[in-house]
Amino acid sequence: MFYREAGDFSTTYQQDNQTFPIKFDRYRYYVVLFIAIFVVPFLINDYWVNSIFMPFLIYAIAAIGLNILVGYCGQVSLGTGGFMAVGAYACYKLMTAMPEVSMFIHVLLAGVITAAVGVLFGLPSLRIKGFYLAVATLAAQFFLVWLFNRVPWFYNYSASGQISAPERDVLGVFITGPNTQAWATYLFCLVFVIFSAYVARNLTRGSVGRQWMAIRDMDIAAEIIGVNPLRAKLTAFAVSSFFVGISGALFFSVYLGAVEVGEVFGISKSFLVLFMIIIGGLGSIFGCFAGAAFLVLLPVALKIVGVDWLGWPTDIVAHLQLVIVGALIIVFLIAEPHGLAQLWRVAKEKLRLWPFPH
Amino acid sequence: MKLKLTTLALTALMAASPAVAELVFPSLSYRTGPYAANGIPFADGYADYFTLLNERDGGIGGEPVRMVECETGYNTEKGVECYESTKAEGSLVYQPLSTGITYQLIPKATADGIPVHSMGYGRTSAKDGTVFKNIFNYPANYWDGASIAVTHLADLNGGDLSGKKIALVYHNSAYGKEPIRTLEELAKKHGYELTLLPVDHPGQEQKSQWLQIRRERPDYVLMWGWGVMNQVAVQEAANIRFPMENFIGIWWSGSENDVRPAGAAANGYKALTFHNVGDDFPVFDDIQKYVVDAGKAAGAGDQIGTALYNRGLYAAMLAAEAAKTAQEIHGTKTLTPAQMRDGMEALEITEAKMAALGLPNFGPEFTVSCENHGGNGYGAVAQWDAAADEWSLITDYVQSDQEVLAPLVAEDSAAFAAENGIEPSCG
Amino acid sequence: MPDQFLFAIEVILNGLMAGVLYALVALGFVLIYKASGIFNYAQGVMALFAALTLVGIMEGQVPFSHLINATFGTDVHHFGWHVPALLAIFLTMLVMIALAWCVQRFVFRFLVGQEPIILFMATIGLAYFLEGVGDLMWGSDIKTLDVGLPQGGSFWIEEMTVGLGGDGFYGFFIDKLDIIATVIAVLLVAGLVAFAQYTKQGRAMRAVADDHQAALSVGVSLNFIWILVWSLAGFVALVAGIMWGAKSGVQFSLSLIALKALPVLMLGGFTSIPGAIVGGLIIGVGEKLFEFLIGAPFLGGATENWFAYMLALLFLVFRPQGLFGEKIIERV
Repeated sequence: MFYREAGDFSTTYQQDNQTFPIKFDRYRYYVVLFIAIFVVPFLINDYWVNSIFMPFLIYAIAAIGLNILVGYCGQVSLGTGGFMAVGAYACYKLMTAMPEVSMFIHVLLAGVITAAVGVLFGLPSLRIKGFYLAVATLAAQFFLVWLFNRVPWFYNYSASGQISAPERDVLGVFITGPNTQAWATYLFCLVFVIFSAYVARNLTRGSVGRQWMAIRDMDIAAEIIGVNPLRAKLTAFAVSSFFVGISGALFFSVYLGAVEVGEVFGISKSFLVLFMIIIGGLGSIFGCFAGAAFLVLLPVALKIVGVDWLGWPTDIVAHLQLVIVGALIIVFLIAEPHGLAQLWRVAKEKLRLWPFPH
Repeated sequence: MKLKLTTLALTALMAASPAVAELVFPSLSYRTGPYAANGIPFADGYADYFTLLNERDGGIGGEPVRMVECETGYNTEKGVECYESTKAEGSLVYQPLSTGITYQLIPKATADGIPVHSMGYGRTSAKDGTVFKNIFNYPANYWDGASIAVTHLADLNGGDLSGKKIALVYHNSAYGKEPIRTLEELAKKHGYELTLLPVDHPGQEQKSQWLQIRRERPDYVLMWGWGVMNQVAVQEAANIRFPMENFIGIWWSGSENDVRPAGAAANGYKALTFHNVGDDFPVFDDIQKYVVDAGKAAGAGDQIGTALYNRGLYAAMLAAEAAKTAQEIHGTKTLTPAQMRDGMEALEITEAKMAALGLPNFGPEFTVSCENHGGNGYGAVAQWDAAADEWSLITDYVQSDQEVLAPLVAEDSAAFAAENGIEPSCG
Repeated sequence: MPDQFLFAIEVILNGLMAGVLYALVALGFVLIYKASGIFNYAQGVMALFAALTLVGIMEGQVPFSHLINATFGTDVHHFGWHVPALLAIFLTMLVMIALAWCVQRFVFRFLVGQEPIILFMATIGLAYFLEGVGDLMWGSDIKTLDVGLPQGGSFWIEEMTVGLGGDGFYGFFIDKLDIIATVIAVLLVAGLVAFAQYTKQGRAMRAVADDHQAALSVGVSLNFIWILVWSLAGFVALVAGIMWGAKSGVQFSLSLIALKALPVLMLGGFTSIPGAIVGGLIIGVGEKLFEFLIGAPFLGGATENWFAYMLALLFLVFRPQGLFGEKIIERV
């Protein structure tokens, strides 16, 4: 009834090609953006930013990055944690080396550096495929973590072996360090999220994205019809690592503020981001957000229900949390193997016809 | 869209929870995850002591205590979530219980004006209270630990360690690397030779390291281990027939969990500690009477008297004493975090005080001041008796080598102050 | 120099033994992957779960005691009996078979024909689930596992070889537990191979591994085979859990041994049982030798974790399907 195409005419190619061709979708998108930018910052406090929005936004960027590689280009990677660490350490080195430069530039540069490292570790993908590649990217994961732990230059020879973000501001408002405002850090991350989603969405529906998808669907066939696998795979690694690097930089500088590489960017992080995109939906930008929201919100929600409302012991809640998350993952996969994004798509199809399905 | 509505609904619900005048002590425990076995006894001890105070004395200074437990699973992100969700309840002092979470909370808690007590872990240079105003790490830190271990070894050798070989087996992380600098400085002074043997997380496979120890035959092995690394190291040491009495672990490698899997082979293993062991103290009778028999024991109630239970109990005792001190200073029963901080900074633990609490000789005597947030660096060595299945202290509380450590602390805290633009000051 | 040489031999010997332990974990992966194309992330957690169950049964622990006590205010912990090790192993095996049945009945029956990554994800869900259930059932403290396996260096070997080198050489160190593990691994592999070659079920298993549909069309019950395979993987997990648990006590970290098996799998190939063994040996020797020769003296140590992966990666660049994996034939 509300969600329909009737009367929604495209008169130019531009209109026909836009991301949200249906008017209702488009308005909904604008409303979400409006709320995210102009409403949420006035409502949130430290708790909401630090426990929910910030992890959600930053994981969404990481998920977008990984989704480009896994969902669009079909190269399974388990090195996300390592690449996030590259982003974080690059950001730290840049922040301390050039304090006067804006944080925006540092974060972007950290992304670029990570992209370069990503390409390096993407090289084996030309030979190795499928799960073999997934396990091979673990080499990157373990090596990078070991390297950052081992070489004191990366943590500026600090006695603690950790990196901690010095205070930096954007336009006079603190973004990193202890004296930040909830809305400022939120908006700072939001800018990167919107930027990443916008770039990723448009890359994936352009010629580069089509090449990636051709490689994903069948690389030999793609090669025969003229897609250069070297270029396609390496650009996928580069773009993917770029976003993952940005998320790592934000994770360290804005969200946590202090990081020890083995603990924060360990193998579990790689798996977590992979879960997000699989649950959210491979090959879908919306899926990245859905998956990140699912895995960030669910534990917090379960904790609030179990501990704060029902008053159960914290350890039982934590164990039940594992059981429930595990069971939910399985149930979701059985109900809809293509993730939350597919559920959303199905729901939209249904909504188009609602309330007259026949 | 949906997401934001839910969060709004949750905010409303959380805001509705009532605020009662009581002393709130959050407990960021980790009863799950890879280190759960160590987290459970600590959390139980911490909880039981506060339950005891409530049941027996009606709280601290007549004000009831409320302990808010939040599960971190030893995970930094969950720790942040726990901090943010509990700080609004008027939390007086945080025990982060993990190196990662401690480093997280140092800037955050300082900005929020809430004190942090990282007892025997965290950032060592937080001892310098002129820079780290809200961070306390009394009664001892890792550098103290390293020094106490060396002192103990020197005592065994009649004060002379020159020409001896000491190997450090450490968890390859910031935590494990803590003692290296101190041990290197001490090596210059005592003339021993130091070998470093990192073990990668998680540490289930240490054959290479122990084969190297077997090859090089160091006289003594020190260990900074954590989690599964401890059990494997003790087992491997037994396998290569390394004399257990020459193998000393830091206090996080010194719980019953770490030695029991190796069975009788672990007999004689030593570990550092900064509090007493066993349950032979009057306070445990009260715990039995008021907490356990009343069915109010935390967790499964089967940890009482273990090394880590005692550590949790000790932490709770120090927090309660600091709260009492704060109540005296400010002449009020209800406390704010800032007042709690003052109480911690004026904390004085004497033998008489501990005896009055039913904990005679349970920990070292120490005083906290603005310049010194870390106590006097006293610690003792405990030894495992596999047949009796218990730890026992084999030394008195000995002081660490302040002459060597003080400059190191000053150097690191000055670096932190410079990096963060802090002007060291008191008051 | 002869000292150094003897030490290197000692390192190699111990590397081989460590490799066997890695291979034990890798075997479980191979079994399931070969028969159903599922990359079973939960293998490590299964090892933990099996070991927890074994200790729980041996000690007569009440399952879910903490949950029961917290819910009903009771105070039950132990049944008060001790079950002998062999019987406990048998009972644990029954639990693992029941688990295999549940996994097949409630999870993978609904996911037949899905893409590999979806199946992989489902096993991750399973891993979470099992981890939570295992902790709830048996508690998260460190349990001592004592099924009577000998531990410690073998003095006999040490004394036999002490004369080989100079004063600096103390004889070869070989852990008795490692020797037992090697024997068990050999028996296990021989048993598996014999089972696959000479029994009806084993042949059916191989048929399914070759071609699901063809096997189905000649009357092999896929359902039964998959339950069988998961049970076998459960058995291998139990053996691995006992071996690793004897070293460190049974605790959460046991589930992380899966990470040690992954490079082995890559190197040996996901579909080859001998590959898992050979891969394990190569990884074991490779990482120990690298640590001995280069890692510890020049790179500051703790290189084993990443070097195992790098070594496997290096092999893969030349043989993308692993040493013994089936050759990947790609057609358009």
